[in-house]
Amino acid sequence: MDMLDTLMLSRIQFAANISFHILFPTITIALGWVLVFFKLRYARTGDPVWMDAYFFWVKIFAVTFALGVVSGITMSFQFGTNWSGFMERVGNIAGPLLAYEIVTAFFLEAVFLGIMLFGFRRVPGWAHTGATLLVAIGTTLSAFWILVLNSWMHTPAGFELRDGVAHVTSWWEVIFNPSMPYRLVHMLLASGLTVAFVLAGVSAIRWMMGDRSQAVRKTFRTGTVMGALLIPLQIYAGDLHGLNTLEHQPAKVAAMEGNWQTGSHVPLLLFALPDEAARENRFELGIPSGASLILQHSREGVVPGLDDFVSEDGRIEHPPVAPVFWSFRVMVGTGMAMLALSWATVFLMRRGRSMDSLPRPVLWAFVPMAFSGWLATLAGWYTTEIGRQPWLVQGVLTTREAISNVPPTLVLSTLLAYLAVYALLLVAYLGLILYLARRAALGATAPDAPALGRPVNDPVQTIERRTA
Amino acid sequence: MSFIPGDPTITLPVIFAALMGLSILIYVVLDGFDLGVGILTPLATDAQKDRMVASIGPFWDANETWLVMAVGLLLVAFPVAHGAILTALYLPVALMLIGLILRGVAFEFRAKVPAPKKALWNRAFFGGSLLTALSQGYMLGFYIMGLDHSWSAHVFAMLTGFALTAGFAFLGACWLILKTEGGLQGQAILWARRTLWAVAAGLGAVSLATPLVSARIWDRWFSVPEFFVLAPLPLLSFALVAGLWGILRTRQVADDGFAWLPFAGASLLYILAFTGLAYSFYPFVVPDKVTIYDAAAAPESLFIILIGVLIVLPVIAGYSALSYYIFRGKARDLRYD
Ligand code: HDD
Ligand code: HEM
Ligand code: HEM
Repeated sequence: MDMLDTLMLSRIQFAANISFHILFPTITIALGWVLVFFKLRYARTGDPVWMDAYFFWVKIFAVTFALGVVSGITMSFQFGTNWSGFMERVGNIAGPLLAYEIVTAFFLEAVFLGIMLFGFRRVPGWAHTGATLLVAIGTTLSAFWILVLNSWMHTPAGFELRDGVAHVTSWWEVIFNPSMPYRLVHMLLASGLTVAFVLAGVSAIRWMMGDRSQAVRKTFRTGTVMGALLIPLQIYAGDLHGLNTLEHQPAKVAAMEGNWQTGSHVPLLLFALPDEAARENRFELGIPSGASLILQHSREGVVPGLDDFVSEDGRIEHPPVAPVFWSFRVMVGTGMAMLALSWATVFLMRRGRSMDSLPRPVLWAFVPMAFSGWLATLAGWYTTEIGRQPWLVQGVLTTREAISNVPPTLVLSTLLAYLAVYALLLVAYLGLILYLARRAALGATAPDAPALGRPVNDPVQTIERRTA
Repeated sequence: MSFIPGDPTITLPVIFAALMGLSILIYVVLDGFDLGVGILTPLATDAQKDRMVASIGPFWDANETWLVMAVGLLLVAFPVAHGAILTALYLPVALMLIGLILRGVAFEFRAKVPAPKKALWNRAFFGGSLLTALSQGYMLGFYIMGLDHSWSAHVFAMLTGFALTAGFAFLGACWLILKTEGGLQGQAILWARRTLWAVAAGLGAVSLATPLVSARIWDRWFSVPEFFVLAPLPLLSFALVAGLWGILRTRQVADDGFAWLPFAGASLLYILAFTGLAYSFYPFVVPDKVTIYDAAAAPESLFIILIGVLIVLPVIAGYSALSYYIFRGKARDLRYD
């Protein structure tokens, strides 16, 4: 019983920590590339507005990066403190992957971040752009290595078990494991979408505050166009990802679809309350044969059912259904909302029409949608990770086997401490972004107000700054 | 694995123990100075605080990455020991992480929030640095005492907690002597003088305790040929402390030609202390329980990591040096534009 409590608490603690961590990398991975884009636009056009956009967003990048780093350090200790069984059993695989992340990505980011943030006046322009580029490459490499590991945990390959310990037989197969390409592409697109809607959302807020500067117009357009371009790709990539999961983790797909019995003509459920005790859904509302069509491309297509994953003696070997079912719907629903809003906006702004021509409700809609990337990303990860339960490494190691022997009270107390710190930091982070937006907006409307910092979009000053 | 001499199940763990030791040492010196600067901030005026933070701003993130590297190497090279050590240190690790979180974000927040909130983030910066240093010192002491939950171990660990905190403050002060000028530099010299005695006391306490805790270490120190091999370490350390005390009392330290001396001396002191500890504990990773050979991961895995590390480490050294070069000289205001 004691171990169960430690297990539950450690799971909650891990989920809380990783959920907090992922919020920040999701932004920095793509924002790094957006900053490179701003600098290149500036180099190309000489238009100082691009540098205004850069200087505004580089501050947000800096805070986000710091939060990503500190929460990431917490993550790297978790394996030892709470999941010692994980490294003991699959350390031969997880270890090198984590090590490569550290030596190829973390140092690259951390060192060039200093030059990117504070070196603008110390190094030539091309070197500063180069540092920005290297930081962007670093964050992307981080994502690559960690997703290799995570994908391997879902679709392990290239190894053999000796005395219960995994030993590598082929690094190629470990790295390019069956779900890795899908997961990497889907996550990178998720990061791009998160940033697209953050750019557009924060620009919309500045607009509401009366900021009519070119920098706001340009970032808003960058955000909406980026969103409109990426979301169809994401939906397509998500579909492929689902087909891959059907092949390797059918129990997860059964839970995502809320499908209890294997069969054809399975409906695509829009709403249902999965009831695990009765092993059926209540209040079903669905599109007939929809799931069969999506997953097998025919009405007759057979979709696996959860009842196949109950052992002879009645042990349940599929993940908890309701959380997987619902988080999947939250992700897909958010994706649809992104599609609707970004396409509508691009349509309304077509042929050179600007933000002025947008109806106010559309602009307002971008404010809550600034969080849409976070919501969809978290929901996606919850689908993936809860859908893998009871396995930690699919078919190799269960979550229960990996747990450290730490007293539950200890786990509980650290969990509460982390939660308190995280809540505080999240409030501070959002407050800071609002404050920076307000300051920039005030600078734009009242260029002479010195106490509020330097006017943001005074081209003369910007040029002076560049040449200083 | 042909270029690895000898039996890879022996050679590889030794190489990785050395790499891990090197990462810990680099971490302690580098993050030691920026944590130390954080610990000293309450003693400074607001303008001085900005300058102090500016002196570490471009470096702290890369410095902290060495901690990730050290823990990473422990994790990947000695998975069994990683679990045992971190489970035993569960609470201090959590406290350290909270400290690191607070100070890492306070760096950014204090520079960007509206003026009234800045004082709050300054306090978070100080508190986080202090908490990190205290818990790292605690872990060091607890590790030396064999990760064993006895009263004496906890008391000793608390002692090393204070000693390491003072030691970081000393290192931070030496860094400030190097990177600042004028009034702040004068202050830093004073701070360095005041913390040096705590460093000496801490070194003394650890040196006395280590052989007493473990019969194995006692033998290693006080049997005949080893004694003479080891003797230069304490003698050199003693000479260094005396030398540092001597320089810190002269006016010339503030002259730029000499401003690097205290920091170099302090770093050397850390290197000596670390060598002593490494000598005492080798070949154990979990004191007196698990050796590096027993805890090592499979040779194939170690080998693949080694290739990467050997290729990448010089590159990391190169671009770290580049960054210190770009931000050389006395610290100026930090600006994003
Ligand atoms: C902006 C974020 C975002 C958006 C709009 C979507 N996703 Fe997603 N999804 C993710 C962000 C994400 C993610 C966070 O990146 C996940 C978690 C793990 C992963 O690799 O990607 C994920 C996982 C994930 C999985 C689980 C894969 C597994 O079994 O491990 C599937 C099947 C889909 N997605 C499918 C979709 C579909 C059909 C979408 C159509 C709208 C969609 N996603 C939109
Ligand atoms: C890519 C790196 C990742 C790795 C190596 C990883 C590893 C793990 C591990 C070790 C567990 C087991 C602990 C547990 O059951 O709670 C787990 C579960 C979990 N992870 Fe991940 N994870 C990763 C990414 C993520 C992300 C980005 C999120 C969320 C945003 C996430 C959300 C979860 C959740 C919610 C669980 C709990 C599942 C449950 O216990 O029901 N994971 N993952
Ligand atoms: C168990 C899983 C994870 C661990 C142990 C982990 C560990 C870390 C660590 C230690 C850092 C700080 C690096 C530094 O010192 O500079 C970090 C940062 C980062 N991590 Fe994670 N991480 C995990 C999951 C993830 C996931 C799922 C992603 C994204 C897909 C990710 C992407 C990044 C990125 C891009 C950074 C750079 C800092 C930033 O952008 O904020 N990590 N991570």
